[in-house]
Amino acid sequence: MAALTGLERVSGAPPRRTRAWWRGAVFLLAAAYFLIPLGTSFWYTIYTPTAGVSFAAYGELLTAEGFAASLSLSLGLAVATIVLVLLLALPAMLAVRLFAPRLRVVMEVLCTLPLVVPPITFVAGIGTALRDGTDLLAPTPFWATMIAVQDPGFPVVLVLAYVVLVLPFVYRSLDAGLRTMDVRTLVEAARNLGASWPYVLARVVVPNLRTALASASFLTLALVLGEYTVASLLGYQPFAVWIVTVSGSKGQLSVAVSILSLLLIWLLLLAVSTIFSKEKGK
Amino acid sequence: MTASVEFRALRRTFGQTVALDGFDLIVAPGEFVALLGPSGCGKTTALRCVAGFERPDSGAVLVDGRDVTNVPANKRDAGMVFQSYSLFPNLNARDNVAFGLRVRKVPVATRRKKADELLELVGLPSHADRYPHQLSGGQQQRVALARALALEPRVLLLDEPLSALDAKVRVTLREEIRRLQLDLGITTIFVTHDQEEALSIADRVAVLRDGRLEQAGAPADVYDRPATPFVAEFVGTMNHLTGQVSGNQVTVLGQLLPVDGPVPADPSVDVLVRPEAVQVVQNSDGPAEVLAASFRGASVRLRLAVAGGEVLADVPGHEAARLGPGTRVAVRLVERPVLVAARTVTVPSPVVAADAV
Repeated sequence: MAALTGLERVSGAPPRRTRAWWRGAVFLLAAAYFLIPLGTSFWYTIYTPTAGVSFAAYGELLTAEGFAASLSLSLGLAVATIVLVLLLALPAMLAVRLFAPRLRVVMEVLCTLPLVVPPITFVAGIGTALRDGTDLLAPTPFWATMIAVQDPGFPVVLVLAYVVLVLPFVYRSLDAGLRTMDVRTLVEAARNLGASWPYVLARVVVPNLRTALASASFLTLALVLGEYTVASLLGYQPFAVWIVTVSGSKGQLSVAVSILSLLLIWLLLLAVSTIFSKEKGK
Repeated sequence: MTASVEFRALRRTFGQTVALDGFDLIVAPGEFVALLGPSGCGKTTALRCVAGFERPDSGAVLVDGRDVTNVPANKRDAGMVFQSYSLFPNLNARDNVAFGLRVRKVPVATRRKKADELLELVGLPSHADRYPHQLSGGQQQRVALARALALEPRVLLLDEPLSALDAKVRVTLREEIRRLQLDLGITTIFVTHDQEEALSIADRVAVLRDGRLEQAGAPADVYDRPATPFVAEFVGTMNHLTGQVSGNQVTVLGQLLPVDGPVPADPSVDVLVRPEAVQVVQNSDGPAEVLAASFRGASVRLRLAVAGGEVLADVPGHEAARLGPGTRVAVRLVERPVLVAARTVTVPSPVVAADAV
């Protein structure tokens, strides 16, 4: 018995040590890749050759003009986008799966299309549509709607644009989630037990799609908080645009904001993931 | 609590495929009917029409005399158990069973009690807190059965609920389903492609072919007196032997047997004989020879070469020990009325394609 164990150890140990060595190296390399830029950025925000180490940039941040407004605008846009894209995509994907399986290919192509359209083209299109649309609709009651969606306080037009931009990611997440369950049988079982369609959606489909819904929400959140092109070219000032604006005048402040926003997004994602996993455990 | 179910000239097509082509059947209150047929014969479509998942192109489904063809699935009074595991993965066994009661806003205490009773009924009293992934296939189907019964439906629909289970579980569970069905007296429609399953638990077996009813009758009737050659071949195994009709008797393998049922105009006929109605006696001068023997547990199926063709015969295991391949034997048919059909084969040969179990 002892001899056996000894033999196993002799043959097992060297590869394990080699693997451990490689693992450590890869880990260190990856850590360096992420942490060195972060660290130097952080150092840049707190150190100036003249004043030495100070956290003034972070103090200034909270009172800086536009910080709170742009951040809350971005978060609001993110929430609105998540709600709207899920309300649109989930029922549509379910309906296609249950009633028109042959349309699945069409839907997949439609949903992945935004990936191949460059945002710059996309925003040029939106800009033209908004300008011409406002002119065209001027004599009709829809003119007020056109104006309302462009309200700088909460530009609905950005939500609509973001819904299109995140559609490929949301589609992929939900599709993966729906693949893991036998949607048709579960829906039919619930219908058979007297459940109405909204009840089926809320009590059967959504609870079993938690992971997929969470990942769709993550991706949307991350994408909306970091989106610059569309918002900037349409002339709105959510968080990402504000950072760029500020960086022109106050270098230290803009980097401090970047670090803070990184932390913030990370905390948000952590919060979303714990909420979803907690509910799953329940 | 129970109701009659009537299929009235149901027709349903999926593109080019005709799933149901004028299907008629009446299921009496409290009756256990098995819909039996090969895959694609429309049996599942018929069941789904009762559940409301399929709307017939024409025809009607009546439950207790009321036309329910256009009633949405969630307003129908029929519990269903599916072929694939259909338990809600996010709910434990108790909550799965109580799902229908929760939809109807039954108070928590009442539905818990009811769910526990039902789990007890299906033999899983200690599994209430387990999630579907912690249950075996057989246990999942038991929970699904309890769930289907929770709303005390007037009709129970079983769509091949046992086909995903292994042989032993299948047999015990089908017996339990039958026992439960008799206790509750609930009208039950059971879809299966397994003829043994259908014959062993149903009051009546309805054989479907190409979307139409081929024959409906008690299991013994369907087995012993198949209405058509299709039923004869689908249910059990059937030898087709050439015979010559004279009056209402037929000569087959040198024996004169009475004919059961109508006699075709052409005296040259196929005589349909079950393998168990073929008796084999060892005889070194016999006209037949054993070609092959396949062991089937209690019995052995012999493939015999007779004058001009082959015959299948089932003999008890202990007799078959002496009847290895190459043995000369004499063949006799059991003296009882036989079915005849218009000639479809030119030499006496068994239909091996329909050799199920």
